[in-house]
Amino acid sequence: MAYGFTTAAYVVASVLFILSLGGLSGQESAKRAIWYGIAGMALAVLATLFGPGAGNWFLSAVMIAIGGTAGWLIAKRVQMTEMPQLVAAMHSLVGLAAVFVGFNAQIELARVLRARAEGLAMDFQGFAGVLMYKTPAEITVLKIEVFLGVFIGAVTFTGSVVAFGKLSGRVDGKPKKLPGGHMLNAGALAASVLLGMLYLAGTGPGILWLILIAGFAFFIGYHLIMGIGGADMPVVVSMLNSYSGWAAAAIGFTLGNDLLIVTGALVGSSGAILSYIMCKAMNRHFVSVILGGFGGETGPAAAIEGEQIAIDDAGVASALNDADSVVIVPGYGMAVAQAQGAVSELTRKLRAAGKEVRFAIHPVAGRLPGHMNVLLAEAKVPYDIVLEMDEINEDFPSTDVVIVIGSNDIVNPAAQDDPNSPIAGMPVLEVWKAKQVFVSKRGQGTGFSGIENPLFYKENTRMFYGDAKDSINKLLPMID
Amino acid sequence: MKIGALREGFEGEARVAVTPASAGHLQKLGHDVLIESGAGARAGFSDEDYRRANVTVLPNAAELIAQADMIAKVRQPTVPELRQMRAGQTVISFFYPAQNAELLALAKEQGVTAIAMDMVPRISRAQKMDALSSMANIAGYRAVIEAANNFGRFFTGQVTAAGKVPPARVLVVGAGVAGLAAIGASVSLGAQVNAFDVRPEVAEQIESMGAEFVFLEFDEPAQDGAATGGYAAPSSPEFREKQLAKFRELAPQMDIVITTALIPGRDAPVLWTTDMVAAMKPGSVIVDLAAEKGGNCELTVPDERIVTENGVIIIGYTDFPSRMATQSSELYGNNIRHFVTDLTPGKDGVIQHNMDDDVIRGATVAHDHDITWPPPPPKVAAIAAQKPREKKKELTPEERRAAEAAAFKAETKSQVTMLAGGGLLLLAVGLVAPVSFMSHFIVFVLACFVGFRVIWNVAHSLHTPLMAITNAISSIIILGALIQIGSGSAWVTILAALAVLMAGVNIFGGFLVTRRMLAMFQKS
Repeated sequence: MAYGFTTAAYVVASVLFILSLGGLSGQESAKRAIWYGIAGMALAVLATLFGPGAGNWFLSAVMIAIGGTAGWLIAKRVQMTEMPQLVAAMHSLVGLAAVFVGFNAQIELARVLRARAEGLAMDFQGFAGVLMYKTPAEITVLKIEVFLGVFIGAVTFTGSVVAFGKLSGRVDGKPKKLPGGHMLNAGALAASVLLGMLYLAGTGPGILWLILIAGFAFFIGYHLIMGIGGADMPVVVSMLNSYSGWAAAAIGFTLGNDLLIVTGALVGSSGAILSYIMCKAMNRHFVSVILGGFGGETGPAAAIEGEQIAIDDAGVASALNDADSVVIVPGYGMAVAQAQGAVSELTRKLRAAGKEVRFAIHPVAGRLPGHMNVLLAEAKVPYDIVLEMDEINEDFPSTDVVIVIGSNDIVNPAAQDDPNSPIAGMPVLEVWKAKQVFVSKRGQGTGFSGIENPLFYKENTRMFYGDAKDSINKLLPMID
Repeated sequence: MKIGALREGFEGEARVAVTPASAGHLQKLGHDVLIESGAGARAGFSDEDYRRANVTVLPNAAELIAQADMIAKVRQPTVPELRQMRAGQTVISFFYPAQNAELLALAKEQGVTAIAMDMVPRISRAQKMDALSSMANIAGYRAVIEAANNFGRFFTGQVTAAGKVPPARVLVVGAGVAGLAAIGASVSLGAQVNAFDVRPEVAEQIESMGAEFVFLEFDEPAQDGAATGGYAAPSSPEFREKQLAKFRELAPQMDIVITTALIPGRDAPVLWTTDMVAAMKPGSVIVDLAAEKGGNCELTVPDERIVTENGVIIIGYTDFPSRMATQSSELYGNNIRHFVTDLTPGKDGVIQHNMDDDVIRGATVAHDHDITWPPPPPKVAAIAAQKPREKKKELTPEERRAAEAAAFKAETKSQVTMLAGGGLLLLAVGLVAPVSFMSHFIVFVLACFVGFRVIWNVAHSLHTPLMAITNAISSIIILGALIQIGSGSAWVTILAALAVLMAGVNIFGGFLVTRRMLAMFQKS
């Protein structure tokens, strides 16, 4: 079919994708937005299949069917607590696909160039046909694009695989680096750039250089993400999201496909903004998160005095029964303990008793941006009582009871009080201003980041030790 | 260990050191609990109540002292009581070692270990055993109730059909535990409350209770409560003058004055002088919680309610906690049992008198034939030093307008800089890159721009669905693979097929999981 038709379809698909992302500004419009996205994708695929350059329909259809079935099954079965690792796994697929498409471009290019050199007037099909009419300058640009696409795609691939391993607990979440640390990364980067030069210059076998570049990029992705701790994963996953977009955009340049460029740019900027929001919420620079570890220590953290006072379920229940307003602050611990159902039931009972119950969500709670919102939504907590940090921080002084479930750093008053704290300046939920705070926690200890939390020692704080799910379930019969 | 509570012999004392509830907690620590018959009667706990809580009721004090290893009391032990005790026995009660030197000497002579509840150090770990605070809290509340009882008008302002009632105006002097409790109770009754304290750091607490802090303009360096263990210290004569002048100014407006100013180890400072009382309206009430130490008001008579010539009622009772004996016994009983919890680290009924523990060391005034008072300073400071707070300045409208204009200018500047920089960069690329690249590049830049605009509006709560959907649409890379799959090269076809497969997983998985998530979001 005509080239004009495909282009028109691409324009419509681009608009649909933009509408789809824009629709996520609200929970209700989002339900419509998803269909825009699906329609856009279907249109794009169909237009390509019917457009110029496509062939091998049967193989394409079979592959899409197999992949689609697999994707369908995974999406049906995945638990909402497993969303972070699912997202990471899907990024890795996009990354690897970008690498493959980049390799293909080089193979085709080599074929076309050989044909041109031999003066053969071969009738190239599809993509190769487009390459036939490129000027030398365009071919140089094309090679830069292939290099970028392969490099970013490869980093995304291994990075996402490691992130997947860390998030699903298959790989230890602690930051780990090979001896040499970031020098190794820098070395691998330098080697990639060097190989890239060789590739651009057209000396030697291009495809070999590309494979080596991909190898070094694989290493960078692996080593970079291994060096980042589990709590920083929201930033990492957003960053990989961004990379998968940029890789798609780079491939779009290679293939001269505007829809790929537009979509890649949309996804890339979306991931970049998410990373920015996450970093802002942790008051850290993007670079320091990516290079792993906290920034330079400025001095000894202020000593904490007092003791952690424990409380039993009966004590928490009676405080809840007396309270008029309750705020629940969930964190990654709630996801680990799968306590969202119990929390939802508690919320329902408290609301039935005429109490005001709200949720306070810190931007970096959990392992994925917006992770807590999804878990609570799954447990049927109405989204209009789930509030963001800025919306609820002012309300804590007038709150009777705050229940902190499996969060630590995001409610740490040291971020405001102690300039020497590693998290000084990070915006936090000011739960300690409430009349009473209960912290549901597995046991004493500083949690993931290893930062002491003075909240646990405050006079109005009581520690509610035990598994979050069991603890909340024990409360349920005592709420009336 | 056997822990026994004696009946209070002191005239008018209604409290008891162990309640049936606190006895249950003591038993959980492995202790046996004894009580003298009738000890709880005036606090509302009958012998029968105690028996139901598995407490052994003994007929008289002598028998109890003979059987018990630890004796709990409210008031300090009397000389006869102490004489009956034996070496190694422990007595836990208010003791006031500074005023009761002869009791202290007797305890040393008898070899009795004396734990003074009034000496529990003021550190956060020991708050649950701080009986002075728990009693002061009750006293503050009761002071307001006594004042209301003697005040001939409402506390709260009302507009009724019969006419308008102005709210009562209450001044609380000294915002310690008792003062804050009094503020809380008065505010709850609807009064307009002002409060004063020499320690400026309590201003925030006063305001948080709903009262207005009486601010004193004074240049002298403010008192730092942290240096004195959270208590007030005597102030300079100049400061005092200023303070009295302020009170003189307030006196005619106030209906109720509740004074709670105490300085540890001294007579209560006189803050409410005769002329201030004379300036008050008839029917006004003064409740002097410092009456036991001589009173903050010059005219206070301890344990008496007097009416002055101009009709001002001055209440000098010293037994406020005892007037609410049930409540105060419950809290005091809890203070005692928390202390016993610290003395019984193994929860096995074995008392370990660990003199290295700050709290136990601080409260023990006699131990092992020795007087252990005063204690060495505790290892941790009572309260953190107050950090100087810089107040945010209220901006005048002009300043605000100027700030807004400056922000607008800065924003314009940064935008123009970015536009110019971006434009130059584009031009530079355009100089070297081929035309076909430029046309795609323009599309790319525009798409980034649109992307940034659109994504900023995405709700925070939908960030996970956003990631899933961007994931799905980033599988647009499938287009590249679809274009290549028809190539003549076998390698290209294989790689492209794999890419199609992977992108296919992503498209279906991504969209489906997003839909699943979005369907879950429900409004209440």
